[in-house]
Amino acid sequence: MKSILNSKVPEGPLEKKWQNYQLKSRLINPANKKKLNIIVVGSGLSGAGAASTLAELGYDVQCFCYQDSARRAHSVAAQGGINAAKNYQHDGDSVYRMFYDTLKGGDFRSREANTYRLAELSAPLIDHFVQQGVPFAREYGGTLVNRSFGGVQVQRTFYARGQTGQQLLLAAYSQLYKMIRAKKVTMYPRSEMMDLVVINGKAKGIIVRDLVTGALKRYAADAVVLATGGYSRVFRLSTLAIGCNGSAIWKAHKKGAYFAAPSFTQIHPTALPQSSEAQSKLTLMSESLRNDGRIWVPKQKGDDRQPQDIPEEERDYYLERRYPSFGNLAPRDIASRAAKERIDAGYGVGRLKNAVYLDFKHAIKKFGLETIKDRYGNLFNMYKKITGIDAYTTPMLISPAAHFSMGGLWVDYELMTTIPGLYAVGECNFSDHGANRLGANSLLQASVDGYFILPNTINNYLADEIKVEQVTTEHPEFEKAEQNVRSFINQIMSIDGQQTVDHYHRELGKIMWQECAMSRTKKGLEKAISQIKAIKEEFWKNVRITGDSNEMNTELEKAYRLADFIELGILMCTDALQRDESCGAHFREEYQTDEGEALRVDEAYAYVSAWEYDQGNFNLHKEPLEFKFVEPTVRSYK
Amino acid sequence: MKVTFKIWRQDHPNTKGGFKLYEVDHLTEDMSFLEALDQLNEELVLKNEKVIAYEYDCREGICGQCGVFIDGRAHGPHDHITTCQLHMRSFKDGDTITVEPWRSSSFPIIKDLIVDRSAFDRIIEAGAFISSKTGTAPEANALPIPKAVADKAMDAAACIGCGACVASCKNSSAALFTSAKINHLNSLPQGKAEAHQRLEQMTHQMDMEGFGNCSNTGACEIECPEGISIKNIAEMNSAWMKQKLFG
Repeated sequence: MKSILNSKVPEGPLEKKWQNYQLKSRLINPANKKKLNIIVVGSGLSGAGAASTLAELGYDVQCFCYQDSARRAHSVAAQGGINAAKNYQHDGDSVYRMFYDTLKGGDFRSREANTYRLAELSAPLIDHFVQQGVPFAREYGGTLVNRSFGGVQVQRTFYARGQTGQQLLLAAYSQLYKMIRAKKVTMYPRSEMMDLVVINGKAKGIIVRDLVTGALKRYAADAVVLATGGYSRVFRLSTLAIGCNGSAIWKAHKKGAYFAAPSFTQIHPTALPQSSEAQSKLTLMSESLRNDGRIWVPKQKGDDRQPQDIPEEERDYYLERRYPSFGNLAPRDIASRAAKERIDAGYGVGRLKNAVYLDFKHAIKKFGLETIKDRYGNLFNMYKKITGIDAYTTPMLISPAAHFSMGGLWVDYELMTTIPGLYAVGECNFSDHGANRLGANSLLQASVDGYFILPNTINNYLADEIKVEQVTTEHPEFEKAEQNVRSFINQIMSIDGQQTVDHYHRELGKIMWQECAMSRTKKGLEKAISQIKAIKEEFWKNVRITGDSNEMNTELEKAYRLADFIELGILMCTDALQRDESCGAHFREEYQTDEGEALRVDEAYAYVSAWEYDQGNFNLHKEPLEFKFVEPTVRSYK
Repeated sequence: MKVTFKIWRQDHPNTKGGFKLYEVDHLTEDMSFLEALDQLNEELVLKNEKVIAYEYDCREGICGQCGVFIDGRAHGPHDHITTCQLHMRSFKDGDTITVEPWRSSSFPIIKDLIVDRSAFDRIIEAGAFISSKTGTAPEANALPIPKAVADKAMDAAACIGCGACVASCKNSSAALFTSAKINHLNSLPQGKAEAHQRLEQMTHQMDMEGFGNCSNTGACEIECPEGISIKNIAEMNSAWMKQKLFG
């Protein structure tokens, strides 16, 4: 079948593509920009970056978030840093090397041109954030400091203690409020997008639920930008915020936006282990800790001694053993699988034997306690607050946890989805990370999408929209969409069954974690699909929501988000099932080397899977990945 | 373990609220305080009662959305943590735990334990930004910033905007929040150009929102999850005074 997906990658050599695109992209004069309205859903790094920059360019912007303030968006929680090819450390870094690391890190399942652009725009992004007042770490002489992250051998990560995401988000939030003050952005907090309105095939607005009053409201625009983040809460236990959800992109998917590589979700190797069934969240401990921390388990199964009492020769530093050239800084998918392998084989530690040690003993001895405190102080404090344990004297207990979604709405080079006028930026799209994202590339992608790329591509579409009559919220399609949302909510409220929403979310999470996380099999995925379908049926027959829909109702919010997660879970398993190979975070047990490494099947699977929604079924479309500049190799970190 | 929660319930901003008692059993010490409330809410659903409304998002102490008064202290019995980082091991079996929303007329109650903190956003809107557009920045290392200056800016910038400072202050003062943001930006070379204006406009907005004055009790810095120092307030006041005297 010939692909109907047009990635719109511009002509020319890799390093000229973005420049060539900008030269040819249509412009809109300032007087006309004022007449155009853009909706941005989400106020994280990509959403706030896009909203403020589009407003600076002259567009009228309406920005929505479900939290009480734009400053809460989950970009805030990214800890370790942001990558940029500045080569400040004089260690051989370059745009090309960063591009190659990212492409290889993603196991050659992303688009070359997009990945190159990500690396290309990283350097000006650091300039941008410094100018906005981000207090990045500095040397005594006043220049910027870098550290290393997984999957690379240079130091290109910029950071602000262990709170880099917070500082970047607060900068974006400041700029957003600058434009709110300038009356170019209207902000709608505590507002959740419930549906997308498509008129004559183009995205023209959204239906929003006011989370304080429960009222449904209509908003029209000339283009809609989704910046709604990742969907790993489908596993329930994850490093994401509790409110993170996949509903906005799922509604868009049901209205015609293709969903790309939904099964590519990253399991982060260094989170705090689960301690009970009631747990709601797995707290991440930054990957930056692996710069100085060493990961190990006892060599002897079920060794119950305190970690301090286990001598060096009885410790298995398994990452250093298996991957000598990258050691503790092996990429996330590989580090997570290696931890799972040891835990499954019976070498796990901690009360539930579900963890491994991350040890700073050697680093403290080498660099001194003060240096380690300066580098990671707030992370050690956070660890102590949650576990009550002092990690300066006792190794941390860490365990893999669901984290980032590389998959998301399919977008072309302009970040437009398959619905004209609908864009997806940041984590909610699929574009740059392939089958596995490198550490400190997430803040980067969210930022360049919002600040640099979208503001230079959306004009190419809007240049035509200026000639079209603007729709109003009186249009029958708005009426229809609002009615659909109303009946969806009424249906959930009227079930009045016997189980809580959390009950079903726990059930879904268990299946997804078991069958569609670090390790997948054909048999397991097939079983998972039928189990999730059963949960879906059960949910719609037996869930109970108390209270009313026309008031603040946190239980109802959880319920409609879960209803979408259940459907998304089915698609994720369907996607994992069709890909008869292992690549990056997608590890199918049937496809591995003798040493247990991922075995790619390039002849058959060098494509992006893009799923079309078809009345409850999913049709697969393929965007072939062409590697014109780089030869895909076996991805080795040995 | 088993505890009794004494929780403030209030349906709407304008209706009268009051405390209600809830017994919750089968809790474990490893559970977070919010997970204990989650369990209570599930039990309420099964009893056909309305769930308790409380806020949270990241549950790792950084987004600033959670925050309630627990036994008379913002974010509970420990210094420098958020509500989501509080665990049940901080309580004893059989305890009665009193849970209230932030109390400040500038943070009106929306429902149960949820308050409206949009006054903070409006203080930010008044000037907590550097007016330079995307695409106009000079090379990042062109302007060296001494480590001590960057570190000091970072100490102030760490504020998570939870509102514990206001809730703990007998005057409902927002001076810690406002001064931290002003000092973060005003201490960096990039923020200097608008330093005067920022100080003037943000403190003005702080007053307009009805927050009280600071009387230096220091309660805020104890409850602040990020341990932001009240030296920030002194610095803000001194800069304000200088500005008034010398322009």
